[in-house]
Amino acid sequence: MLHSETGIFKTSYAADMALYPLPIARWTVAALALLFVALVPLLFSPYAITILNLCLIAVVGALGLNILVGYTGQISIGHGAFMSVGAYTAANLIVRLHAPFYLAIPAGGLMAALIGAVVGIPSLRIKGLYLAISTLAAQFIIEWVINHVTWISGGIESSIQVPPPSVFGWKLESQRQLYFFLLFFAVLAIVATMNLVRSRIGRAFIAVRDQDIAAEIIGINTFRYKLTAFAISSFYAGVTGVLYTYYLGIANYEQFQLDVSIDYLAMIIIGGLGSILGSIFGAVFITVLPIATRLFLTQFGDIFFSQAAIANMVSDLRLILFGGLIILFLVAEPEGLSRLWRNVLNYFRVWPFSY
Amino acid sequence: MLDLPWRFIAILTANGILVGSMYALVALGFVLIYKATDAINFAQGEFVMFAGFLAAAAIGLGGLPWWAGALIAILGMIALGFALERVVLRPLLGRPIIAVIMATIGLAAVLRGTATLAFGAGIKTIPLPIGSSPLLLGPLILPPIELVGGAISLLFLAGFAWFFLKSRIGVAMRAVADNQQVAMAMGINVRRYFALAWALGGVVSALGGILWGAMLAVDNQLALLGLKVFPVMILGGLDSILGAVVGGLIIGVVESLSSGFLDPLVGGGTKDFVPYLLMIAVLMIRPEGIFGRRRIERV
Repeated sequence: MLHSETGIFKTSYAADMALYPLPIARWTVAALALLFVALVPLLFSPYAITILNLCLIAVVGALGLNILVGYTGQISIGHGAFMSVGAYTAANLIVRLHAPFYLAIPAGGLMAALIGAVVGIPSLRIKGLYLAISTLAAQFIIEWVINHVTWISGGIESSIQVPPPSVFGWKLESQRQLYFFLLFFAVLAIVATMNLVRSRIGRAFIAVRDQDIAAEIIGINTFRYKLTAFAISSFYAGVTGVLYTYYLGIANYEQFQLDVSIDYLAMIIIGGLGSILGSIFGAVFITVLPIATRLFLTQFGDIFFSQAAIANMVSDLRLILFGGLIILFLVAEPEGLSRLWRNVLNYFRVWPFSY
Repeated sequence: MLDLPWRFIAILTANGILVGSMYALVALGFVLIYKATDAINFAQGEFVMFAGFLAAAAIGLGGLPWWAGALIAILGMIALGFALERVVLRPLLGRPIIAVIMATIGLAAVLRGTATLAFGAGIKTIPLPIGSSPLLLGPLILPPIELVGGAISLLFLAGFAWFFLKSRIGVAMRAVADNQQVAMAMGINVRRYFALAWALGGVVSALGGILWGAMLAVDNQLALLGLKVFPVMILGGLDSILGAVVGGLIIGVVESLSSGFLDPLVGGGTKDFVPYLLMIAVLMIRPEGIFGRRRIERV
């Protein structure tokens, strides 16, 4: 390969703690930054930018869920509801108090974190299946409350219209403008997660995941860290909800139902549990999957079926593909796409002298 | 005497008991699989839906009599149970619990997609030879389909209770559930009993699918039954058949009463979430449920 890991010596603590100790990694990050900041918005079509925006939003949510499920080993089937908490909190602040985005986004996140921590309280006593079901209950109860309390949901069909965010006086109206806005938050979420999981808190999370009783014996306050994980994870979910609200221009509980929670779980399973890169891969994969299925079928499906039949088949095929891929990854590659990517990297690391 | 609408309460309770015993039947499929294999089947509702589709398609499209449709559904679900155990669940043995949960969630998506793709999304009916004129019993009005459903449910629940307590296979299944290694050492073929548990789960789901399908009509909304099952099981205790019955009855009655009394106050929909509130209370106070066994965890 073009680079070597030998001959790089860390001579200071700062160098040892750098996020990217190798020069090649720093160059890669720089190249990616150039690609996403300069080239992508220039070259991509408006439709492609719209899809990319969805991916960026999903990345934030998937990272948050991965902190909870992948790093701390707790389960949540209620993340869709946490997103709706963030979305409605922000929408109410924006509409009633004209809150700018830099207040609305943290407020949505904090409210979701609060609710998430409350939902996480049973995690002290119960785990595994029981926790999964109690978070499922949270999903239904939050959904019902938002739908029935008009003070939160704004009344008409439980949806609140939200004006686009304005940054330094510019209104971000087009998807291309929104792209930079979302990119900023996605990168922020990625860097925050990278630093979180290698901190004291992150190591405590991993200890709780691997054996929570053992973790408690070595002096980790299990309850506190489980709650922290729920709060942080829900904070991400809340921010995701606010970003999605800005993206759609409307807050609506139907965008955050049970299937969304399951989509996000699928993202981190397919991407890779306990992996940041995996969260990103999974988020992109699951976001693009239905779009790609529809495109593929409308392009090539008419060899076998009529167009009308295809229109009916798309949603069913998406479900089958979605479920089938979850099972396939669980059975064949439990560490997900991030593991496949690492295999490729490891192959090329010593290529062409791979003996 | 309190001034309550006793007649109304009696009607709601009777209805709740009948519907609850049919919930218990669906929950039984879950309990059977959990008891024997420790696997959590999040696709229980989809099993029921798929069985309903099989029966409805055999009767509606194949033109078969109702008992042949029921037989096809049962045989189909047995085959599905065996196949799933072999292809999906066996490779996941010994993996973290989230792997099994997610695999069955994936399975649920596949079954939902396959059912509408193969049998069409339209609403189908399962015509059972049961009259439609309601039975009047004093102040109570009981729809016959609910009566038959409740009776069949209780019959099968009693049958399975006997099966687990007395029959050789049932005792072997309990042994496998208790401790797989010891069961193996005693000469029990653990894998065979795992497959058997999934097949039995399939049979129960087929019965549930036929009864619920006959009552509500068959479409992919039938899968939502799976979501009703969780409060039932948590309440009764995950590994107890008696728990499934008691939990089912309690949830049925609570649901019926809340939709009768609370819905007019808050504007509907309490049926879907009051069971979950009850369930959360149980989880906080007694996570193993009424009849469940407390598990002691060791490092």
